[in-house]
Amino acid sequence: MAEVLVLIDSANGTLKKSATELLTAARSLGEPSAVVIGAPGTAAAVAGQLAEYGAEKVYVAESDEFEQYLVAPKAEVLAQLAGQAGPAAILVASTPENKEIAARTAFKIGSGFLADAVEIGEGGSVTQSIFGGAVSVSARVAKGAPVISLRANSVAASPQQGAAEQVPVEVSISDAAKGAKIIDRVEEAKGSRPSLQDASVIVSGGRGVGSADNFKVVEQVADTLGAAVGASRAATDAGWVPHTMQVGQTGVTVAPQLYIALGISGAIQHRAGMQTSKTIVAVNKDPEAPIFELADFGVVGDLFQVAPQLAEEIGKRKG
Amino acid sequence: MNIVVLMKQVPDTYAERKLNPSDNTLDREASDAVINEIDEYAIEEGLRLKEAHGGEVTILTMGPDRATESIRKALSMGADKGVHVVDEALHGSCAITTAKVLAKALGTLEYDVVIAGLEATDSRLSVVPALVAEATGLPQLSGARKVTADGSTLSIERVTETGYDVVTASTPAVLSVVEKINDPRYPSFKGIMAAKSKPVQALSLADLGLAADEVGLAAATTVVDSFEEAPPRSAGTVVKDEGTGGSAIADYLASKKLV
Repeated sequence: MAEVLVLIDSANGTLKKSATELLTAARSLGEPSAVVIGAPGTAAAVAGQLAEYGAEKVYVAESDEFEQYLVAPKAEVLAQLAGQAGPAAILVASTPENKEIAARTAFKIGSGFLADAVEIGEGGSVTQSIFGGAVSVSARVAKGAPVISLRANSVAASPQQGAAEQVPVEVSISDAAKGAKIIDRVEEAKGSRPSLQDASVIVSGGRGVGSADNFKVVEQVADTLGAAVGASRAATDAGWVPHTMQVGQTGVTVAPQLYIALGISGAIQHRAGMQTSKTIVAVNKDPEAPIFELADFGVVGDLFQVAPQLAEEIGKRKG
Repeated sequence: MNIVVLMKQVPDTYAERKLNPSDNTLDREASDAVINEIDEYAIEEGLRLKEAHGGEVTILTMGPDRATESIRKALSMGADKGVHVVDEALHGSCAITTAKVLAKALGTLEYDVVIAGLEATDSRLSVVPALVAEATGLPQLSGARKVTADGSTLSIERVTETGYDVVTASTPAVLSVVEKINDPRYPSFKGIMAAKSKPVQALSLADLGLAADEVGLAAATTVVDSFEEAPPRSAGTVVKDEGTGGSAIADYLASKKLV
Protein backbone atom coordinates (compact mmCIF):
# COMPACT_ATOMS: atom_id res chain seq x y z
CA MET A 1 0.00 0.00 0.00
CA ALA A 2 1.29 3.43 -0.94
CA GLU A 3 2.31 5.87 1.72
CA VAL A 4 0.32 8.99 2.50
CA LEU A 5 2.51 11.83 3.77
CA VAL A 6 0.89 13.74 6.62
CA LEU A 7 2.47 17.02 7.73
CA ILE A 8 2.22 17.06 11.51
CA ASP A 9 1.42 20.18 13.53
CA SER A 10 2.24 20.05 17.21
CA ALA A 11 2.74 22.55 19.98
CA ASN A 12 4.40 22.12 23.35
CA GLY A 13 4.91 18.41 22.82
CA THR A 14 1.28 17.66 21.94
CA LEU A 15 -0.26 16.91 18.56
CA LYS A 16 -2.72 19.49 17.32
CA LYS A 17 -6.19 18.00 17.00
CA SER A 18 -5.94 18.60 13.25
CA ALA A 19 -2.99 16.17 13.09
CA THR A 20 -5.09 13.37 14.57
CA GLU A 21 -7.82 14.15 12.04
CA LEU A 22 -5.32 14.04 9.16
CA LEU A 23 -3.86 10.71 10.29
CA THR A 24 -7.40 9.31 10.47
CA ALA A 25 -8.25 10.62 6.99
CA ALA A 26 -4.94 9.34 5.56
CA ARG A 27 -5.83 5.71 6.35
CA SER A 28 -8.54 5.72 3.66
CA LEU A 29 -5.91 6.51 1.00
CA GLY A 30 -2.98 4.36 2.08
CA GLU A 31 -0.45 3.91 4.83
CA PRO A 32 -0.08 7.06 6.96
CA SER A 33 3.48 8.40 7.20
CA ALA A 34 3.81 11.27 9.61
CA VAL A 35 6.19 14.04 8.56
CA VAL A 36 7.58 16.02 11.48
CA ILE A 37 9.48 19.14 10.49
CA GLY A 38 10.81 21.27 13.29
CA ALA A 39 13.40 21.86 15.95
CA PRO A 40 15.34 18.86 17.33
CA GLY A 41 13.19 16.89 19.77
CA THR A 42 9.85 17.73 18.15
CA ALA A 43 9.21 14.20 16.85
CA ALA A 44 10.28 12.41 20.02
CA ALA A 45 7.76 14.40 22.04
CA VAL A 46 4.82 13.26 19.91
CA ALA A 47 6.02 9.77 18.91
CA GLY A 48 3.55 8.04 21.23
CA GLN A 49 0.60 10.00 19.94
CA LEU A 50 1.61 9.41 16.32
CA ALA A 51 1.62 5.65 16.97
CA GLU A 52 -1.76 5.92 18.66
CA TYR A 53 -3.29 7.53 15.57
CA GLY A 54 -1.91 5.03 13.09
CA ALA A 55 1.33 6.48 11.75
CA GLU A 56 3.29 3.54 10.29
CA LYS A 57 6.36 5.68 9.64
CA VAL A 58 7.53 8.94 11.13
CA TYR A 59 9.84 10.98 8.94
CA VAL A 60 11.92 13.09 11.28
CA ALA A 61 13.26 16.24 9.65
CA GLU A 62 14.71 18.24 12.48
CA SER A 63 16.92 21.28 12.50
CA ASP A 64 17.01 24.56 14.39
CA GLU A 65 16.90 26.25 11.02
CA PHE A 66 13.21 25.43 10.49
CA GLU A 67 12.34 27.86 13.25
CA GLN A 68 14.34 30.59 11.57
CA TYR A 69 12.89 30.67 8.07
CA LEU A 70 9.41 31.05 6.66
CA VAL A 71 7.57 28.32 4.69
CA ALA A 72 10.09 27.64 1.90
CA PRO A 73 12.40 25.18 3.78
CA LYS A 74 9.43 23.05 4.86
CA ALA A 75 8.17 22.87 1.28
CA GLU A 76 11.62 21.67 0.21
CA VAL A 77 11.54 18.84 2.76
CA LEU A 78 8.03 17.75 1.77
CA ALA A 79 8.93 17.79 -1.92
CA GLN A 80 12.12 15.82 -1.20
CA LEU A 81 10.15 13.19 0.75
CA ALA A 82 7.50 13.03 -1.97
CA GLY A 83 10.26 12.29 -4.45
CA GLN A 84 11.57 9.42 -2.30
CA ALA A 85 8.32 7.89 -1.06
CA GLY A 86 6.12 8.22 -4.16
CA PRO A 87 3.11 8.88 -1.94
CA ALA A 88 -0.56 8.42 -2.86
CA ALA A 89 -1.24 11.87 -1.42
CA ILE A 90 0.19 14.58 0.81
CA LEU A 91 -2.08 15.93 3.54
CA VAL A 92 -1.75 19.10 5.61
CA ALA A 93 -4.13 20.92 7.95
CA SER A 94 -5.73 24.05 6.50
CA THR A 95 -3.79 26.82 8.22
CA PRO A 96 -2.36 29.81 6.37
CA GLU A 97 1.23 28.59 6.68
CA ASN A 98 0.42 24.99 5.79
CA LYS A 99 -1.49 26.05 2.69
CA GLU A 100 1.56 28.00 1.52
CA ILE A 101 3.81 25.02 2.22
CA ALA A 102 1.40 22.68 0.41
CA ALA A 103 1.05 24.91 -2.64
CA ARG A 104 4.81 25.33 -2.98
CA THR A 105 5.25 21.56 -2.58
CA ALA A 106 2.71 20.89 -5.33
CA PHE A 107 4.54 23.37 -7.57
CA LYS A 108 7.86 21.59 -6.96
CA ILE A 109 6.59 18.05 -7.56
CA GLY A 110 4.46 18.99 -10.58
CA SER A 111 1.10 18.03 -9.15
CA GLY A 112 -1.77 20.20 -7.92
CA PHE A 113 -2.96 21.72 -4.67
CA LEU A 114 -6.50 21.11 -3.43
CA ALA A 115 -7.23 23.68 -0.74
CA ASP A 116 -9.61 23.48 2.18
CA ALA A 117 -11.11 20.06 1.51
CA VAL A 118 -14.07 19.18 3.72
CA GLU A 119 -14.07 15.56 2.59
CA ILE A 120 -11.47 13.30 1.01
CA GLY A 121 -12.75 10.67 -1.39
CA GLU A 122 -11.38 7.79 -3.38
CA GLY A 123 -7.98 8.30 -4.98
CA GLY A 124 -7.52 11.63 -3.29
CA SER A 125 -10.43 13.45 -4.88
CA VAL A 126 -11.94 16.03 -2.57
CA THR A 127 -15.08 17.92 -1.77
CA GLN A 128 -14.64 21.65 -1.24
CA SER A 129 -17.13 24.15 0.01
CA ILE A 130 -16.86 27.48 -1.83
CA PHE A 131 -18.52 30.91 -1.97
CA GLY A 132 -18.92 30.85 1.78
CA GLY A 133 -20.60 27.45 1.77
CA ALA A 134 -23.14 28.23 -0.99
CA VAL A 135 -21.64 25.76 -3.47
CA SER A 136 -20.05 22.36 -3.00
CA VAL A 137 -17.52 21.21 -5.61
CA SER A 138 -15.89 17.88 -6.34
CA ALA A 139 -12.29 18.26 -7.47
CA ARG A 140 -9.09 16.30 -8.10
CA VAL A 141 -5.59 16.90 -9.38
CA ALA A 142 -4.87 16.44 -13.07
CA LYS A 143 -1.62 14.58 -12.43
CA GLY A 144 0.71 13.49 -9.69
CA ALA A 145 0.09 12.97 -6.00
CA PRO A 146 -2.65 15.31 -4.76
CA VAL A 147 -1.50 17.82 -2.16
CA ILE A 148 -4.54 18.42 0.02
CA SER A 149 -5.24 20.80 2.88
CA LEU A 150 -8.06 19.52 5.07
CA ARG A 151 -10.28 21.83 7.06
CA ALA A 152 -10.43 21.25 10.79
CA ASN A 153 -13.43 19.27 12.06
CA SER A 154 -14.06 17.65 8.66
CA VAL A 155 -13.12 14.19 9.92
CA ALA A 156 -13.68 12.70 13.37
CA ALA A 157 -10.31 11.53 14.67
CA SER A 158 -10.20 7.91 15.79
CA PRO A 159 -7.21 6.09 17.27
CA GLN A 160 -5.64 3.08 15.56
CA GLN A 161 -2.29 1.64 16.56
CA GLY A 162 0.57 2.16 14.09
CA ALA A 163 4.23 1.12 14.13
CA ALA A 164 5.48 4.72 14.05
CA GLU A 165 8.90 3.59 12.83
CA GLN A 166 11.22 6.60 12.96
CA VAL A 167 13.00 7.46 9.72
CA PRO A 168 15.57 10.24 10.02
CA VAL A 169 15.60 12.69 7.13
CA GLU A 170 18.81 14.40 6.14
CA VAL A 171 18.04 18.09 6.11
CA SER A 172 19.63 20.36 3.54
CA ILE A 173 17.94 23.69 3.00
CA SER A 174 18.83 25.60 -0.16
CA ASP A 175 20.08 29.16 0.09
CA ALA A 176 17.07 30.35 -1.92
CA ALA A 177 14.75 28.96 0.75
CA LYS A 178 16.52 31.02 3.40
CA GLY A 179 15.46 34.32 1.85
CA ALA A 180 12.84 35.19 4.46
CA LYS A 181 14.25 35.07 7.97
CA ILE A 182 12.13 35.08 11.13
CA ILE A 183 13.88 37.34 13.62
CA ASP A 184 11.25 37.53 16.35
CA ARG A 185 8.03 35.79 17.42
CA VAL A 186 5.55 37.79 19.42
CA GLU A 187 2.63 36.24 21.32
CA GLU A 188 -0.38 38.51 21.65
CA ALA A 189 -3.27 36.19 22.27
CA LYS A 190 -3.78 35.44 25.89
CA GLY A 191 -4.74 32.38 27.84
CA SER A 192 -5.35 28.77 27.19
CA ARG A 193 -8.38 28.80 24.89
CA PRO A 194 -8.25 26.61 21.79
CA SER A 195 -7.40 28.31 18.51
CA LEU A 196 -10.18 29.21 16.09
CA GLN A 197 -8.75 26.89 13.44
CA ASP A 198 -8.86 23.90 15.72
CA ALA A 199 -11.86 24.50 17.96
CA SER A 200 -14.95 22.25 18.05
CA VAL A 201 -16.95 25.05 19.64
CA ILE A 202 -16.64 28.77 18.91
CA VAL A 203 -18.39 31.65 20.63
CA SER A 204 -18.19 34.93 18.70
CA GLY A 205 -19.15 38.49 19.47
CA GLY A 206 -20.06 41.29 17.10
CA ARG A 207 -21.14 44.90 16.99
CA GLY A 208 -23.81 44.25 19.62
CA VAL A 209 -21.14 43.54 22.23
CA GLY A 210 -20.37 47.25 22.21
CA SER A 211 -16.89 47.48 23.74
CA ALA A 212 -13.64 45.68 24.47
CA ASP A 213 -14.61 45.41 28.10
CA ASN A 214 -17.97 43.85 27.27
CA PHE A 215 -16.23 41.01 25.44
CA LYS A 216 -15.92 39.41 28.86
CA VAL A 217 -19.53 38.29 28.39
CA VAL A 218 -18.54 36.41 25.23
CA GLU A 219 -15.44 34.95 26.90
CA GLN A 220 -17.48 33.77 29.86
CA VAL A 221 -19.76 31.68 27.64
CA ALA A 222 -16.75 30.41 25.69
CA ASP A 223 -14.94 29.30 28.82
CA THR A 224 -17.88 27.31 30.18
CA LEU A 225 -17.89 25.41 26.87
CA GLY A 226 -14.11 25.13 26.47
CA ALA A 227 -14.61 27.11 23.28
CA ALA A 228 -12.50 29.45 21.17
CA VAL A 229 -13.51 33.11 21.04
CA GLY A 230 -14.17 34.69 17.66
CA ALA A 231 -15.43 38.04 16.45
CA SER A 232 -17.09 39.68 13.49
CA ARG A 233 -15.27 42.25 11.43
CA ALA A 234 -17.26 45.04 13.10
CA ALA A 235 -15.74 44.04 16.43
CA THR A 236 -12.17 43.69 15.17
CA ASP A 237 -12.37 46.90 13.14
CA ALA A 238 -13.56 48.71 16.26
CA GLY A 239 -10.40 47.45 17.96
CA TRP A 240 -12.26 45.60 20.73
CA VAL A 241 -10.40 42.36 20.02
CA PRO A 242 -7.33 41.47 17.92
CA HIS A 243 -7.67 40.92 14.21
CA THR A 244 -6.51 37.31 14.66
CA MET A 245 -9.96 36.57 16.12
CA GLN A 246 -11.91 37.64 13.05
CA VAL A 247 -14.19 35.04 11.50
CA GLY A 248 -15.39 35.79 8.00
CA GLN A 249 -14.65 36.50 4.39
CA THR A 250 -11.38 38.28 5.13
CA GLY A 251 -10.66 36.45 8.37
CA VAL A 252 -10.63 32.82 9.40
CA THR A 253 -13.08 30.34 7.91
CA VAL A 254 -14.38 27.90 10.48
CA ALA A 255 -16.75 24.94 10.57
CA PRO A 256 -17.02 23.86 14.21
CA GLN A 257 -19.56 21.49 15.72
CA LEU A 258 -21.18 24.45 17.44
CA TYR A 259 -21.02 28.16 16.61
CA ILE A 260 -22.63 30.66 18.95
CA ALA A 261 -23.02 34.20 17.54
CA LEU A 262 -23.63 36.90 20.13
CA GLY A 263 -24.65 40.33 18.88
CA ILE A 264 -23.66 39.50 15.30
CA SER A 265 -26.10 40.58 12.59
CA GLY A 266 -24.83 38.01 10.09
CA ALA A 267 -23.63 40.21 7.23
CA ILE A 268 -22.45 38.20 4.23
CA GLN A 269 -18.85 39.04 5.18
CA HIS A 270 -19.29 37.10 8.42
CA ARG A 271 -21.54 34.34 7.11
CA ALA A 272 -18.97 33.40 4.49
CA GLY A 273 -16.63 32.37 7.30
CA MET A 274 -18.99 30.33 9.46
CA GLN A 275 -22.10 29.15 7.69
CA THR A 276 -20.89 25.58 7.25
CA SER A 277 -20.75 25.16 11.03
CA LYS A 278 -22.69 22.06 12.06
CA THR A 279 -24.96 23.80 14.56
CA ILE A 280 -25.47 27.56 14.77
CA VAL A 281 -26.98 29.41 17.71
CA ALA A 282 -27.61 33.17 17.58
CA VAL A 283 -28.56 35.86 20.03
CA ASN A 284 -29.45 39.28 18.64
CA LYS A 285 -31.81 42.02 19.66
CA ASP A 286 -32.94 42.63 16.08
CA PRO A 287 -35.49 39.99 15.00
CA GLU A 288 -34.73 40.86 11.35
CA ALA A 289 -31.00 40.12 11.67
CA PRO A 290 -29.91 37.82 8.81
CA ILE A 291 -28.05 35.57 11.25
CA PHE A 292 -31.47 34.11 12.20
CA GLU A 293 -31.83 32.75 8.65
CA LEU A 294 -28.88 30.48 9.41
CA ALA A 295 -29.45 29.76 13.05
CA ASP A 296 -30.65 26.34 14.17
CA PHE A 297 -31.69 28.04 17.37
CA GLY A 298 -32.06 31.77 17.85
CA VAL A 299 -33.02 34.05 20.69
CA VAL A 300 -34.24 37.57 20.03
CA GLY A 301 -33.11 39.49 23.06
CA ASP A 302 -30.44 41.39 24.92
CA LEU A 303 -27.21 39.42 24.84
CA PHE A 304 -26.20 40.90 28.20
CA GLN A 305 -29.23 39.16 29.73
CA VAL A 306 -29.14 35.97 27.67
CA ALA A 307 -25.41 35.18 27.59
CA PRO A 308 -24.71 35.26 31.35
CA GLN A 309 -27.78 33.09 31.94
CA LEU A 310 -26.56 30.67 29.27
CA ALA A 311 -23.12 30.48 30.90
CA GLU A 312 -24.72 29.81 34.28
CA GLU A 313 -27.05 27.12 32.91
CA ILE A 314 -24.22 25.33 31.11
CA GLY A 315 -22.20 25.48 34.32
CA LYS A 316 -25.07 23.83 36.22
CA ARG A 317 -25.46 21.09 33.66
CA LYS A 318 -21.79 20.30 33.84
CA GLY A 319 -22.21 19.99 37.61
CA MET B 1 11.82 51.76 -4.92
CA ASN B 2 9.84 50.28 -7.79
CA ILE B 3 6.76 48.37 -6.77
CA VAL B 4 4.55 45.94 -8.64
CA VAL B 5 1.15 45.30 -7.12
CA LEU B 6 -0.56 42.06 -8.12
CA MET B 7 -4.25 42.77 -8.48
CA LYS B 8 -7.14 40.43 -9.22
CA GLN B 9 -10.57 41.35 -10.46
CA VAL B 10 -13.22 39.26 -8.74
CA PRO B 11 -17.02 39.01 -8.65
CA ASP B 12 -18.51 41.36 -6.09
CA THR B 13 -19.03 39.42 -2.86
CA TYR B 14 -22.32 41.23 -2.32
CA ALA B 15 -23.75 39.56 -5.41
CA GLU B 16 -24.61 35.89 -5.84
CA ARG B 17 -21.55 34.16 -7.25
CA LYS B 18 -21.79 31.27 -9.68
CA LEU B 19 -19.83 28.61 -11.45
CA ASN B 20 -20.38 28.10 -15.15
CA PRO B 21 -21.88 24.62 -15.75
CA SER B 22 -20.26 24.30 -19.19
CA ASP B 23 -16.71 23.99 -17.84
CA ASN B 24 -17.06 24.32 -14.04
CA THR B 25 -15.07 27.56 -13.92
CA LEU B 26 -15.97 30.83 -12.27
CA ASP B 27 -18.76 32.64 -14.11
CA ARG B 28 -17.20 36.08 -14.40
CA GLU B 29 -20.10 37.49 -16.41
CA ALA B 30 -22.76 36.62 -13.84
CA SER B 31 -22.03 39.45 -11.46
CA ASP B 32 -20.43 42.85 -11.08
CA ALA B 33 -16.64 42.74 -11.10
CA VAL B 34 -14.56 44.66 -8.59
CA ILE B 35 -10.97 44.86 -7.37
CA ASN B 36 -10.43 42.02 -4.92
CA GLU B 37 -10.94 43.76 -1.60
CA ILE B 38 -7.60 42.92 0.01
CA ASP B 39 -5.79 43.97 -3.15
CA GLU B 40 -6.91 47.55 -2.48
CA TYR B 41 -4.82 47.37 0.70
CA ALA B 42 -1.90 46.05 -1.36
CA ILE B 43 -2.27 49.00 -3.76
CA GLU B 44 -2.42 51.42 -0.81
CA GLU B 45 0.71 49.89 0.73
CA GLY B 46 2.49 50.18 -2.62
CA LEU B 47 1.53 53.86 -2.85
CA ARG B 48 2.77 54.49 0.69
CA LEU B 49 6.11 52.81 -0.02
CA LYS B 50 6.44 54.94 -3.14
CA GLU B 51 5.57 58.10 -1.23
CA ALA B 52 8.20 57.29 1.40
CA HIS B 53 10.97 55.98 -0.86
CA GLY B 54 10.23 57.23 -4.38
CA GLY B 55 9.89 55.06 -7.48
CA GLU B 56 6.89 53.83 -9.45
CA VAL B 57 3.87 51.65 -8.73
CA THR B 58 2.87 49.25 -11.50
CA ILE B 59 -0.41 47.33 -11.36
CA LEU B 60 -0.08 43.81 -12.76
CA THR B 61 -3.19 41.79 -13.41
CA MET B 62 -4.10 38.66 -15.30
CA GLY B 63 -7.71 38.46 -16.39
CA PRO B 64 -10.29 38.97 -19.09
CA ASP B 65 -10.78 42.21 -21.07
CA ARG B 66 -13.03 43.77 -18.47
CA ALA B 67 -10.21 43.68 -15.89
CA THR B 68 -9.04 46.96 -17.49
CA GLU B 69 -11.84 48.67 -15.51
CA SER B 70 -10.17 47.56 -12.30
CA ILE B 71 -6.73 48.61 -13.55
CA ARG B 72 -8.14 52.10 -14.23
CA LYS B 73 -9.52 52.24 -10.73
CA ALA B 74 -6.12 51.31 -9.28
CA LEU B 75 -4.49 53.98 -11.46
CA SER B 76 -7.01 56.52 -10.20
CA MET B 77 -5.88 55.70 -6.66
CA GLY B 78 -2.41 56.83 -7.71
CA ALA B 79 -0.58 53.92 -9.35
CA ASP B 80 1.58 54.95 -12.28
CA LYS B 81 0.94 52.33 -14.92
CA GLY B 82 -0.77 49.05 -15.62
CA VAL B 83 0.24 45.74 -17.15
CA HIS B 84 -2.61 43.49 -18.22
CA VAL B 85 -1.89 39.89 -19.10
CA VAL B 86 -4.86 39.04 -21.27
CA ASP B 87 -5.36 36.04 -23.53
CA GLU B 88 -8.35 33.83 -24.24
CA ALA B 89 -6.19 30.78 -23.60
CA LEU B 90 -5.68 31.79 -19.95
CA HIS B 91 -9.31 30.99 -19.10
CA GLY B 92 -9.51 28.34 -16.39
CA SER B 93 -5.89 28.61 -15.25
CA CYS B 94 -5.16 27.05 -11.85
CA ALA B 95 -3.25 28.79 -9.06
CA ILE B 96 0.08 27.23 -10.01
CA THR B 97 -0.25 28.21 -13.67
CA THR B 98 -1.37 31.69 -12.67
CA ALA B 99 1.77 32.10 -10.58
CA LYS B 100 3.94 30.91 -13.48
CA VAL B 101 2.31 33.42 -15.83
CA LEU B 102 2.65 36.26 -13.31
CA ALA B 103 6.31 35.33 -12.80
CA LYS B 104 6.86 35.57 -16.58
CA ALA B 105 5.17 38.96 -16.65
CA LEU B 106 7.29 40.12 -13.68
CA GLY B 107 10.30 39.13 -15.76
CA THR B 108 9.44 41.94 -18.19
CA LEU B 109 9.43 44.55 -15.38
CA GLU B 110 11.98 46.14 -13.10
CA TYR B 111 11.00 46.07 -9.46
CA ASP B 112 12.20 45.90 -5.88
CA VAL B 113 8.99 44.73 -4.27
CA VAL B 114 5.98 42.71 -5.41
CA ILE B 115 2.90 43.26 -3.24
CA ALA B 116 -0.30 41.21 -3.32
CA GLY B 117 -3.37 40.86 -1.17
CA LEU B 118 -3.31 37.75 1.01
CA GLU B 119 -6.24 36.07 -0.71
CA ALA B 120 -8.91 36.59 -3.32
CA THR B 121 -12.54 36.54 -2.28
CA ASP B 122 -13.52 34.21 -5.12
CA SER B 123 -11.11 31.28 -4.91
CA ARG B 124 -9.94 31.97 -1.34
CA LEU B 125 -6.82 29.85 -1.78
CA SER B 126 -4.46 32.50 -0.36
CA VAL B 127 -1.47 30.78 -1.94
CA VAL B 128 -0.76 32.75 -5.13
CA PRO B 129 1.69 35.15 -3.42
CA ALA B 130 3.62 32.15 -2.02
CA LEU B 131 3.54 30.51 -5.45
CA VAL B 132 4.80 33.67 -7.13
CA ALA B 133 7.71 33.60 -4.66
CA GLU B 134 8.26 29.95 -5.59
CA ALA B 135 8.09 30.66 -9.32
CA THR B 136 10.42 33.67 -9.18
CA GLY B 137 12.75 32.23 -6.55
CA LEU B 138 12.32 35.41 -4.48
CA PRO B 139 11.89 35.56 -0.70
CA GLN B 140 8.31 35.20 0.50
CA LEU B 141 7.07 37.73 3.06
CA SER B 142 3.41 36.82 3.37
CA GLY B 143 0.54 37.78 5.64
CA ALA B 144 1.92 41.21 6.56
CA ARG B 145 0.01 43.56 8.82
CA LYS B 146 2.93 46.00 8.79
CA VAL B 147 5.73 46.62 6.29
CA THR B 148 8.92 48.59 6.82
CA ALA B 149 11.56 49.24 4.19
CA ASP B 150 15.08 50.28 5.09
CA GLY B 151 17.41 50.47 2.12
CA SER B 152 17.34 47.03 0.54
CA THR B 153 15.90 45.34 3.65
CA LEU B 154 12.20 44.69 4.00
CA SER B 155 10.68 43.77 7.32
CA ILE B 156 7.12 42.67 8.01
CA GLU B 157 4.92 41.69 10.89
CA ARG B 158 3.41 38.41 9.74
CA VAL B 159 0.10 37.59 11.38
CA THR B 160 0.15 34.25 13.21
CA GLU B 161 -2.51 32.35 15.12
CA THR B 162 -1.33 33.83 18.40
CA GLY B 163 0.29 37.13 17.46
CA TYR B 164 2.88 37.95 14.86
CA ASP B 165 6.34 37.02 13.60
CA VAL B 166 8.85 39.62 12.51
CA VAL B 167 10.25 38.43 9.17
CA THR B 168 12.91 40.12 7.06
CA ALA B 169 14.27 39.70 3.56
CA SER B 170 16.39 41.57 1.05
CA THR B 171 14.79 43.12 -2.00
CA PRO B 172 13.54 42.04 -4.42
CA ALA B 173 10.90 40.12 -2.48
CA VAL B 174 7.24 39.11 -2.70
CA LEU B 175 4.95 40.53 -0.04
CA SER B 176 1.34 39.77 0.76
CA VAL B 177 -0.74 41.91 3.05
CA VAL B 178 -3.80 41.51 5.26
CA GLU B 179 -6.46 44.18 5.51
CA LYS B 180 -5.32 45.42 8.90
CA ILE B 181 -2.31 47.02 7.30
CA ASN B 182 -3.80 50.37 6.28
CA ASP B 183 -6.93 52.18 5.10
CA PRO B 184 -7.01 52.31 1.32
CA ARG B 185 -7.61 55.78 -0.10
CA TYR B 186 -10.52 56.63 -2.34
CA PRO B 187 -9.68 57.89 -5.80
CA SER B 188 -9.85 61.68 -5.95
CA PHE B 189 -11.50 63.47 -8.87
CA LYS B 190 -8.04 64.57 -9.96
CA GLY B 191 -6.84 60.98 -9.69
CA ILE B 192 -9.72 59.72 -11.81
CA MET B 193 -8.97 62.27 -14.52
CA ALA B 194 -5.24 61.53 -14.43
CA ALA B 195 -5.84 57.77 -14.69
CA LYS B 196 -7.38 58.15 -18.12
CA SER B 197 -4.02 59.04 -19.65
CA LYS B 198 -1.81 56.63 -17.71
CA PRO B 199 -0.28 53.80 -19.76
CA VAL B 200 -1.73 50.29 -19.65
CA GLN B 201 0.26 47.67 -21.50
CA ALA B 202 -1.48 44.50 -22.69
CA LEU B 203 0.66 41.37 -22.75
CA SER B 204 -0.41 38.24 -24.62
CA LEU B 205 0.89 34.74 -24.04
CA ALA B 206 3.10 35.15 -27.10
CA ASP B 207 4.59 38.32 -25.55
CA LEU B 208 5.55 36.22 -22.52
CA GLY B 209 6.96 33.34 -24.55
CA LEU B 210 4.24 30.97 -23.40
CA ALA B 211 2.22 28.57 -25.53
CA ALA B 212 -1.55 28.20 -25.24
CA ASP B 213 -1.27 24.59 -24.10
CA GLU B 214 0.92 25.56 -21.14
CA VAL B 215 -1.90 27.51 -19.51
CA GLY B 216 -5.66 27.59 -19.03
CA LEU B 217 -8.09 24.81 -18.42
CA ALA B 218 -6.12 22.27 -20.49
CA ALA B 219 -2.98 22.67 -18.39
CA ALA B 220 -4.71 23.14 -15.04
CA THR B 221 -3.17 21.08 -12.23
CA THR B 222 -6.56 20.78 -10.55
CA VAL B 223 -9.85 19.75 -12.13
CA VAL B 224 -13.37 20.46 -10.92
CA ASP B 225 -15.44 17.42 -11.91
CA SER B 226 -18.80 18.66 -10.72
CA PHE B 227 -20.49 21.11 -8.41
CA GLU B 228 -23.84 21.59 -6.77
CA GLU B 229 -25.49 24.29 -4.79
CA ALA B 230 -25.40 23.42 -1.14
CA PRO B 231 -28.91 22.94 0.22
CA PRO B 232 -29.87 26.16 1.99
CA ARG B 233 -29.80 25.93 5.76
CA SER B 234 -33.35 25.49 6.89
CA ALA B 235 -34.14 28.20 9.38
CA GLY B 236 -34.47 26.79 12.86
CA THR B 237 -36.39 27.87 15.89
CA VAL B 238 -36.28 31.51 16.89
CA VAL B 239 -37.72 32.52 20.24
CA LYS B 240 -38.10 35.89 21.91
CA ASP B 241 -36.30 36.26 25.22
CA GLU B 242 -38.87 36.48 28.00
CA GLY B 243 -36.26 36.18 30.72
CA THR B 244 -35.39 32.54 30.04
CA GLY B 245 -33.58 32.87 26.72
CA GLY B 246 -30.26 31.68 28.13
CA SER B 247 -31.87 28.59 29.67
CA ALA B 248 -33.67 27.90 26.41
CA ILE B 249 -30.34 27.81 24.57
CA ALA B 250 -28.85 25.53 27.23
CA ASP B 251 -31.88 23.20 26.85
CA TYR B 252 -31.42 23.19 23.09
CA LEU B 253 -27.70 22.42 23.36
CA ALA B 254 -28.45 19.62 25.80
CA SER B 255 -31.07 18.15 23.44
CA LYS B 256 -28.40 18.07 20.72
CA LYS B 257 -25.88 16.59 23.18
CA LEU B 258 -23.65 19.62 22.70
CA VAL B 259 -23.27 20.17 26.43
